[in-house]
Amino acid sequence: METPILEMKSITKEFPGVKALDNVTFSVRKGEVHCLVGENGAGKSTLMKVLSGVHAFGTYTGDIFVEGELQKFNGIRDSERAGIAIIYQELALIPELSVYENIFLGNEVSNGIVIDSNESISQAIDILKKVGLDVNPLTKIKNLGVGKQQLVEIAKALKKEVRILILDEPTAALNETDSDNLLQLIRGLKEQGVTCILISHKLREVMEIADTITVLRDGKTVTTLDVEADKVNEPVLIKHMVGRSIDNIFPKRENVNIGEEVLRLEDWSAFSYALGRDILKNVNISVHAGEIVGIAGLMGSGRTELAKSIFGNPDHYRLSGKVFIHGKEQKFRSPHDAIKSSMAYVTEDRKGNGLILIDDVKHNISLANLKEITTGGVINENEEILIANKYRSELNIKTPTIQQKVRNLSGGNQQKVSLGKWLFVKPGIMILDEPTRGIDVGAKYEIYTIMNSLVEQGMSIIMISSELPEVLGMSDRIYVMSAGKINGEMPVEDASQEGIMALAVDY
Amino acid sequence: MEDLKVKSNQAHLSKSLLDIMKTNISEYFMFIALIVIMIFFTITTDGVFISSRNISNLINQMGYIAVLAVGMTLIIVIRHIELSVGYLAGFLGAFSAIALTFWGWPIYAVIPAVMILGILAGLLTATPVAKLGVPAFVSTMAAGLIFRGALLLVTMGTGTIVIRDPVFNAIGNGYIPDIPLGGFLPGKHKLTLIIGLIGIILSILSAIKSRRTKLSYNFQVPSFGLFIAQLVLISGLIGYISWILSGYNGISWSLVILLLVVAVFQFITTKTPLGRHIYAVGGNPEAAELSGISVSKITYIVFAAMGLLSSLSGIMYASRLRSATTTAGLGFETDAIAAAFVGGVSAAGGVGTITGSIIGALVMMSLTSGMNLMNIDISIQYIVRGAVLVLAVVFDRITRRNQ
Ligand SMILES: Nc1ncnc2c1ncn2[C@@H]1O[C@H](COP(=O)(O)OP(=O)(O)OP(=O)(O)O)[C@@H](O)[C@H]1O
Ligand SMILES: [Mg+2]
Repeated sequence: METPILEMKSITKEFPGVKALDNVTFSVRKGEVHCLVGENGAGKSTLMKVLSGVHAFGTYTGDIFVEGELQKFNGIRDSERAGIAIIYQELALIPELSVYENIFLGNEVSNGIVIDSNESISQAIDILKKVGLDVNPLTKIKNLGVGKQQLVEIAKALKKEVRILILDEPTAALNETDSDNLLQLIRGLKEQGVTCILISHKLREVMEIADTITVLRDGKTVTTLDVEADKVNEPVLIKHMVGRSIDNIFPKRENVNIGEEVLRLEDWSAFSYALGRDILKNVNISVHAGEIVGIAGLMGSGRTELAKSIFGNPDHYRLSGKVFIHGKEQKFRSPHDAIKSSMAYVTEDRKGNGLILIDDVKHNISLANLKEITTGGVINENEEILIANKYRSELNIKTPTIQQKVRNLSGGNQQKVSLGKWLFVKPGIMILDEPTRGIDVGAKYEIYTIMNSLVEQGMSIIMISSELPEVLGMSDRIYVMSAGKINGEMPVEDASQEGIMALAVDY
Repeated sequence: MEDLKVKSNQAHLSKSLLDIMKTNISEYFMFIALIVIMIFFTITTDGVFISSRNISNLINQMGYIAVLAVGMTLIIVIRHIELSVGYLAGFLGAFSAIALTFWGWPIYAVIPAVMILGILAGLLTATPVAKLGVPAFVSTMAAGLIFRGALLLVTMGTGTIVIRDPVFNAIGNGYIPDIPLGGFLPGKHKLTLIIGLIGIILSILSAIKSRRTKLSYNFQVPSFGLFIAQLVLISGLIGYISWILSGYNGISWSLVILLLVVAVFQFITTKTPLGRHIYAVGGNPEAAELSGISVSKITYIVFAAMGLLSSLSGIMYASRLRSATTTAGLGFETDAIAAAFVGGVSAAGGVGTITGSIIGALVMMSLTSGMNLMNIDISIQYIVRGAVLVLAVVFDRITRRNQ
């Protein structure tokens, strides 16, 4: 057997109170696409950070071999030198800089003193071609969609000689089209001989692209499967990941009981001063008690803007039109007003505007509803601990203690904290913006079950999602947005992926 | 799930004193550094440093900076900076002097009036910041220039204004009265000792109560031995400080004001929703806004508090000098900012405690006092203080990163 291009042997990595990796063995053959799957907090990102030197040699135990050679990476530069490039779960581009400046950030092309922009730009054009991205390298990052930003990240990684490319949930924030492009690109790289390690919670795409799959659970390697030889399919994979089988990813609701209208928008439009254009145009929607309303659409179609504009308009758009809550017109001046009218908004970007990362789990959960645990002006911290522990066990948040800083949780578990925070507000209308982004199948199932039980108790949910199976699987009714307009509305029975996509791309 | 719970409980149980110290090292470090500095100066000055008289002076000198440091902590926690507080304090001190001496206002009218002025000044400075997102650096620098001008303006005709009101002057120079207990403990300030004793009893009672409540919730508490050790340490500390102070004139009015300020702000920041909101805004303003917290409201509140504390600082300083001078307040803001950073505030926002900043102020003031006693030249003093400031912040960064 030929030497694997990468071998990680008996890797153990501990954080205070957490054994993130426990004797993990991971081996990758040259030229393959190797997918790494597992529940939130299983240790996938940590394993890759060990590999790329973010967790330096000496902070873990075990050995890393690249093409048979023992490696001791003390930082990301060392691993780059060995031909390893990593693209993190969170985008790491500088929005105010241009595409080419980002690509060469930290490795500027220069004559020693002055940056050679012309040379950089011409090299950037070549690299952009490699990733199939057709943009002007002088465009600022902030003016690109997420899909294209992701490609720039990859371009940035590819500017040097890369033997192993690691992608940590690259498609989490991408829609189907962009994801497909990315998978296509990975296939292309594979043909050029680049070995890819891909972490993803989207099992369909894992099945589509992987040659080999390694499953991690609780910091241990469960198994490594050869997709063809072992005849792997999604249910098998799920069983390995969560330790039990899940028959229907989208649990059915027992009794659908749709009540009266609780929210209505009439000719709702918004103008963004920051962007200098209309972002919502004459939106008319309604939501009923006990109903899950799905909002589908492409990235940038105005779904998040719609949510924010209803939820007290924190970005200060110029609004026109009317909002009715329980038949009464409301003019929310801030999210505070919206929360008082029993609304909640679980944001799409948990790091950016969902959580206080430097604070701990319990403070984050209680933040939006402190008054519930305050008596005589003083916060009852013991009550707060009880509540945080309640949501921790209800949502199965993996954390050593609720005193853990949210920053130290895995991506999926951060999302659960965000959800717990808003459940504690006990809202009547809940807007969920990409509620299962970056969440593992098991936890997805749990979140769907919670959503079902909430609407069964009469709550209304507006679910913004880029994952069409989720929209189709969970919604009672679906709106499709495109370019700030509602392009279509349909009961779920009449909806199909193709139908929704057709409306979503019709500007 | 069950697994996880068991694991976390074990993690709790196995927590030794050392572990607790390790995880909170950045909080304890400055306290330890303070003690080391004090011991150092005590040795190099043959005990003069720790004498009752010097400690009492040190506290009175520190008072007007420490109250500013309390406010500055909150300002930095919400990711801003306040450069106008020095001149504001100077101006408000001059205002008090004028109201007392030229206008003949009674002291009980002057003090509230000055405090209200301070709050208004804070709100005014905050307006461009909270309303339009003007950087606080610019807004407060501009305000500082204006207050400086105002100070010069009001003291132009008179120059230094001497204050003759004995009650006002007692704020910065006086001590709480003693109770006559005859020949019992001669040379000691009895009331100070009694207050120290009450302080010890209260802190023991509140610790016991908090432990009881925790137990009634079935939460983990530190082991009994550790608990007793903590109580002994705290009681010893309070007892020792009261003993030292009782050896001179007892507790000064400056210290009374400082303790009140610290108590109120410590309570607000750690126990109330307002405190939580302040830290949330500092930690992530966008997330705070979306959680129903008005970032601009919090900004106004914090700047208003800073204004209020500037007025106290101005009063304490004018009272200490028994006069208002044209240069009063010069550089106060720098000292307050330094105290806050030495005390562990982070410019990135959301991190920093009131007690930390008080320790920071004590460290800086001990350095000044100790080096003065050692007759070290002012030039060297500046260099040492600068070095300590940067070392403290560097250490803070390193310990935080390692966590
Ligand atoms: N810097 C850190 N400090 C403390 N604990 C950490 C740190 N980084 C990761 N962990 C913990 O290590 C475990 C593994 O985390 P990791 O991020 O590798 O999970 P993951 O498999 O990538 O999950 P996800 O799918 O949610 O991204 C988690 O329990 C996490 O809380
Ligand atoms: Mg991860």
